[in-house]
Amino acid sequence: MRHLMSPLDFSVDELDKLLNLANDIEKYPQKYAHACDGKKLATCFYEPSTRTRLSFEAAMLNLGGSVLGFSSADSSSAAKGESVSDTIRVISCYADICAMRHPKEGAPLVASLKSQIPVINAGDGGHQHPTQTLTDLLTIRSLRGELGNLTIGLCGDLKFGRTVHSLINALIRYPGIRFVLISPEELRIPSYIREDVLEANNIPFTEVERLEDAMPELDILYMTRVQKERFFNEEDYVRLKNYYILTKSKMELAKKDMLVLHPLPRVNEISVEVDDDPRAAYFKQAQYGVYVRMALILTLLGIEVK
Amino acid sequence: MLNISGIHEGFVLDHIQAGMSLQIYHDLKLDELDCTVAIIKNAKSNKMGKKDILKVECPVEALDLDILGFIDHNITVNVIKDDKIVEKKILHLPKQVKNVITCKNPRCITSIEQELDQIFLLTDEEREIYRCKYCEEKYRNPNRR
Repeated sequence: MRHLMSPLDFSVDELDKLLNLANDIEKYPQKYAHACDGKKLATCFYEPSTRTRLSFEAAMLNLGGSVLGFSSADSSSAAKGESVSDTIRVISCYADICAMRHPKEGAPLVASLKSQIPVINAGDGGHQHPTQTLTDLLTIRSLRGELGNLTIGLCGDLKFGRTVHSLINALIRYPGIRFVLISPEELRIPSYIREDVLEANNIPFTEVERLEDAMPELDILYMTRVQKERFFNEEDYVRLKNYYILTKSKMELAKKDMLVLHPLPRVNEISVEVDDDPRAAYFKQAQYGVYVRMALILTLLGIEVK
Repeated sequence: MLNISGIHEGFVLDHIQAGMSLQIYHDLKLDELDCTVAIIKNAKSNKMGKKDILKVECPVEALDLDILGFIDHNITVNVIKDDKIVEKKILHLPKQVKNVITCKNPRCITSIEQELDQIFLLTDEEREIYRCKYCEEKYRNPNRR
């Protein structure tokens, strides 16, 4: 039985297959409308999430399956002190596959070790969020045609942003990738990514502070939110939250075919006026998130649709 | 010169970094074994200047040398049988360390899940880096030379 804990759990070939399946689902949704008839997805969300949980639920419903679950630890047996190991053993009796989000890092892995059904990590603290990375990869490949030969600007909170770390880890497996890391001094990429991932694999990258300086060379601009919940000090958050705001005038500096991505939710780091720009791909990205989760559910359940 | 008699069956752990012998005594859980242990501290060493030595009189299968490899793989392990050195063991970094160290990351699932084994995996042999199996937090042994 297969689980998904990290985006690197899939080889490049397996990932290609998964993304091809997602593209086929996008093209022929009717073909997959009953692929999961009679199957149940358990969404075990120990912390609040709108997008990820609803995206999983939409994915299962689109496949003809049903959904059950909880959306906060308070409304689950965790409030009574039940361990993750025990919870998943019970959920295994009720559902065919489980998507788990947990504030504690490694909780979905603990669940997968005791589970009788495939477990998908739907985000564990600041650690991994593999389905967001799959979403990002599908969006880039679908809109640019390939995952290699790209200059990718990552902008904002590169220190705490788990989506950024996962995306870097996933993209370095493709040829011709170059990163421009755009962040204030305090939110620069952690040394274990800079040294253990980028330098160790000879991946070219530059670090800059001004978004305007980086814009002209980028094929992809991946914006992130400065997350209040990651700061211990309110003052630091207030000082850094408005550091980058992508506006129409900054977009004029960019290539005609550059794409703007964002894992959402955004606060104010992308001005609403940019939404109408054809290069703004963040809402399309949310749609691709459903397709890739559909492909993932089918793959982990071993269901093939002819 | 301090004299400590030889042992009939057991181990002599030589070239322990000076000052580390008591920690190793505890990590190897020697306090739980009913056997003679000699702890020699600050012995003169040509190689190290000063070193500690542990002599343990116990059945040779009683010690978990994987743990010793994790603590300091530069320690020399002499296996003694019938009053003679029958083997010099070379220590390696173990691929996995179970329930020896604990994860310090307060956001790790090990901080709340009941009866969950504390497991660290060797992720970079060259740089001797162990990471928590669950949250991947790095652990660097402060005592390793």
